[in-house]
Amino acid sequence: MPDDEEGVRDAILGALAEAAPLEILGNATKRTIGRPVTASRTLSLAGLTGITLYEPEELVLTARAGTALAEIETVLAEKNQCLAFEPPDWRAMLRSAGEQTIGGIVASNLAGPRRIRAGAARDHFLGARMVTGRGEVVKIGGRVVKNVTGYDLCKLLAGSYGTLAALTEITLKVLPAAEKTRTVLVFGLDDEAAQQAMTGALSSPNDVSAAAHIPADLAASSAVGYVVSAGASVTALRIEGPEPSVEARCAALREAMGAFGPVEELHFHNSQKFWREIGDVAFFVDGGESETAPVWRISVPPAAAPSVVAEIRRSLEGAHYTDWGGGLIWFRPATGEDAGDKDGGAAILRAAIDGCGGHATLIRGSASLRGRVGVFQPQPGALAALSARIKEGYDPAHILNPGRMVARPPVEGT
Amino acid sequence: MEMPRPEDAVIARRGEILDALRRIVPGDGVIADDAAMRAYECDGLTAYRQMPLIVVLPSSVEQIAQVMTYCRSQGVKIVPRGAGTSLSGGALPLADGITLGLGKFNRIVEVDYANRCVVAQPGVTNLAITQAVEGDGFYYAPDPSSQIACSIGGNVAENSGGVHCLKYGLTTNNLLGLQMVTMDGEIIRLGGKHLDAGGYDLMGIVTGSEGLLGVITEVTVRILPKPPVARALLIGFASSVAAGDCVASIIAAGIIPGGMEMMDRPAIHAVEAFVHAGYPLDVEAILIVELDGPDAEVDFLVERVRHIATARGAVSVRVSENEEQRLLFWAGRKAAFPAVGRISPDYYCMDGTIPRHRLPEVLSRMAEASVRYGLGVANVFHAGDGNLHPLILYDANKPGELEKAEEFGSEILRLCVEVGGVLTGEHGVGVEKRDLMGTMFSEDDLKQQQRLKCAFDPALLLNPGKVFPTLHRCAELGRVHIHGGETRFPDLPRF
Repeated sequence: MPDDEEGVRDAILGALAEAAPLEILGNATKRTIGRPVTASRTLSLAGLTGITLYEPEELVLTARAGTALAEIETVLAEKNQCLAFEPPDWRAMLRSAGEQTIGGIVASNLAGPRRIRAGAARDHFLGARMVTGRGEVVKIGGRVVKNVTGYDLCKLLAGSYGTLAALTEITLKVLPAAEKTRTVLVFGLDDEAAQQAMTGALSSPNDVSAAAHIPADLAASSAVGYVVSAGASVTALRIEGPEPSVEARCAALREAMGAFGPVEELHFHNSQKFWREIGDVAFFVDGGESETAPVWRISVPPAAAPSVVAEIRRSLEGAHYTDWGGGLIWFRPATGEDAGDKDGGAAILRAAIDGCGGHATLIRGSASLRGRVGVFQPQPGALAALSARIKEGYDPAHILNPGRMVARPPVEGT
Repeated sequence: MEMPRPEDAVIARRGEILDALRRIVPGDGVIADDAAMRAYECDGLTAYRQMPLIVVLPSSVEQIAQVMTYCRSQGVKIVPRGAGTSLSGGALPLADGITLGLGKFNRIVEVDYANRCVVAQPGVTNLAITQAVEGDGFYYAPDPSSQIACSIGGNVAENSGGVHCLKYGLTTNNLLGLQMVTMDGEIIRLGGKHLDAGGYDLMGIVTGSEGLLGVITEVTVRILPKPPVARALLIGFASSVAAGDCVASIIAAGIIPGGMEMMDRPAIHAVEAFVHAGYPLDVEAILIVELDGPDAEVDFLVERVRHIATARGAVSVRVSENEEQRLLFWAGRKAAFPAVGRISPDYYCMDGTIPRHRLPEVLSRMAEASVRYGLGVANVFHAGDGNLHPLILYDANKPGELEKAEEFGSEILRLCVEVGGVLTGEHGVGVEKRDLMGTMFSEDDLKQQQRLKCAFDPALLLNPGKVFPTLHRCAELGRVHIHGGETRFPDLPRF
C-alpha cells in the first residue's frame, strides 16, 4: 500500500513489467460492485490521505484519493458546505466495512437523492492527478469551477471503476449546505399516481431537491416513525434552502399535493434520516438470509418508471422503490432468482427498459452471479468498441481492474 | 498560429470529391463557388480566415454518415460547423478539408414535459429551446451571450456556459442525450432521457470536445421550471478588491446567486456611454448580483446580499424594483462587447478562469501589461466562478497591432494559469489557445488526451489543427513508452 503518487507509479510499472494485473482499491467498501476482478495483486490507494487544498470561498476542495469521505464531510460542515451530489453510503447494503474514500466515490460516480437537482459525482469533479495503466502520471482538468480547456476527462474517469487509471488526487466543486430541510410526504399513492405527483412537484417552481416513492411493503421498514405509522406507501418531496423560502415552498407544495392524498411534513432530523435511508438503499439491507441477494439499480426516463416496474413485475417477483423523481428504480428480486444458473432477473429487467432507454446495473450480487451476467448494461457494438479502444489508450496491457466492467477480451499473442 | 500543412494531393482531387459529395447530398447542399463559400471562411474569431475546400450542408443524418464514410475512405478532413459563433476558431476551415455545416438541422424534435426535456436537432439555436417551452413555464438554463444565434449542437461541442452557470451548470450538466456520427460513419446514441451512463461516460467526453470526436446530430437537454421571480442588485465599489471581497462574502454566507457579474472602470464607462443603464461612473468596479427563485427566497436573499455589500464597503447599492429595472441593470453587462467595440476599432476577447481571490493581483499585472503594450483593456468578469473576460482594445488597421494584442492576450492567459487558473472557461481552445496548451498540460498529459481522439478518429480527420499544438500519429501514441532511467524496471517488455 503506497503512501504517495510515486509509490503508485512504481507499483503500476512493476505490474506492467511482470504482466501481473492489479486490483485497484481504496478501502474496498465497493469492491463487490462489478464483475469479479482477476488480479494477482491489489493496489490500495487508501494510504494516499489528506486534504491538500480547501478554499471555501472558491468552492473547491482537493484531497488525495484515499482520504476518507467522512473526513471531507466533517471539514466541509465546519464551513457550512457539502458535496452537493450527496454521496450515498452503501456499506450496510454491501456488507462492507471501513471508510469510504473520495477516490472510490468518484470512480463509482455515486450520487444520492439530490442527483436530479445537483448532479452526480461527475458534475462536481473538476480535476485530478492519476497514474495510467501505462505507468504515466497525468493531470486532467483544473482547480477552478469553470474550465473547458481540453477534453473533459473528469467525465470519463468518473464511473470508470479503476479500469483506466489509479486516481491519486481529486479536486471537487463544493457548495453551501442548505440551511433548512423539510420533506412533504403524500401517503397511499400507487406507482402511477405517485409518478404524477412527483412529476407535478418537479415541474412546479418550488425547487424540489429530491423526489422518491416508497411502496407500502418497504415503507413499513423505515426507521422514521411518521413513515411507518402511516401504514401506506409514501411519496416524498424534499425542500431545501433558507428558512423563509423553505416555509413558503412547503406550504405551496402541501397545497398542491393535497389533491393526491393525505399529506404530512417531516422536519430537519426526520428528513435527514429518511433521505439517508433512500440514498443508502437501507430498505434492501437484508436481515441475514442472504448477504448477496441481487439488488439492481435501474436508470430510466422518470415518466417511464411505473410502466417499467409493471413490466418487470409481470415476470419477476420482488420489491422496488423509486428515487430521482422516478428516474432511478431500485429493485430486489425475490429470493432464489440468482440460484443455480439463473440470471438474477437481468434479462427481464433489461428487456423492460429496452423500449424507453436506460441502464440496469447489478449493485449487489454473488461473485458467481456477477461473473455470469453483465453487471453493467451491455452496450451496442459500436459503443462497446469505442469503450474498448478508450480503455486501450489508458491501459493497453489490461493491468488495471481487468474484467471489472466488461469481460476481458481474449489476450492477443503472448 | 500555423495550421497543419494542407495536403496538395487532396486539393488536387477537389473535382472528384465534389462529384462524390454531390451524389450523397443532392440539390443545393454542396457549395463550391468562392462567393458562396466566403460566408464560411471564419467563425466568431474573425482574425483567422481560411477558405474551405468545399462546404457541405446535409439535410439528413444518413447523408452525414455517408459523407463521413466517404471522407474516411478517401482521407479527406472534416470541420464540423454549427452557427459559426465560436470565439476560439473551432470552426475555422481547412484548405484541404470540407466544412460540414449543420444549419439545415433546425427542428425541435420533441418537447417532453413528463420527462422535463427537449429533443432538438443540432442547428436549433440555444434561445429557441427556451422559446419552445417558456409558454409552459420552463426554460433551458445555459445561456451563452450568443444565445440568439449559437446552435445547441455547437453548445455541446464547446460545453458552453453563460452568466447563470455557477448556479445551473454548463451545457454538460444540462445534457441528457446525444446522437452523433463517428468518423467511421456509425450513427450512435449516448445517454437518452435517463441520467448517467451505464458504462464509460462517452457523452461526457464528447461534450466540449470541440468537434474532434464526432458530428453531433441530435441533442436531448433538460429543461427547468422557470423561477417565479428574479431581482438584481447593482453594487458599486471603490476598488476591485472590495468588489472581490463582497463576492467571497456572499458565497461564504451560503448564497449561490443566479448570476454574479463584475465590470471594471473602463468597461463601466464604455457601457454607460452606450446603453445608459444608470451605472455609477465614480466607482472602480460594479457587481450585478441576481437572485432568482420563489418570491419569499428572493426577497430574503436580496436583503442579505444588500447587508453584505454594505458591510463590505459598497459605495452604492441599488435593487431592481421591477422587471424593467432588472433588465436595464443587465442591459449594460449584456452590451459590454459591442460597447467596447464602439470605443475601439477592434477588440480581442479573452476567456481565462482564475481562483477569484487572485483577482486583484491579476488585474494589477494586467494594468501594468496594458501600459507596456500600449493597448487598453476593459474587464468583464463572471465573478462567481472566476471566469475573466478581458477585452483588449486594438486597431487591426495599424500594422503590428493585432500581433501585439495577441501577444498581450497570451500573456494574460499564461498569467491565469500561473495563479492556478485555466486557459479557457467557456470559449474553448480551438485554434486560438491551442499553442498555449503546454502552459497548462505536460507532454504526457496532452498525449493521454490525444489517445482519446485516437479511439474515436484514428486517422485524425476530424477538425485537425484545433485544441492540440502537436498532432501525434495514433500508432506512435499507442506504444507503451518507458523513459530511460525513470523506472526501476528498465527491462520492461512491450505489450
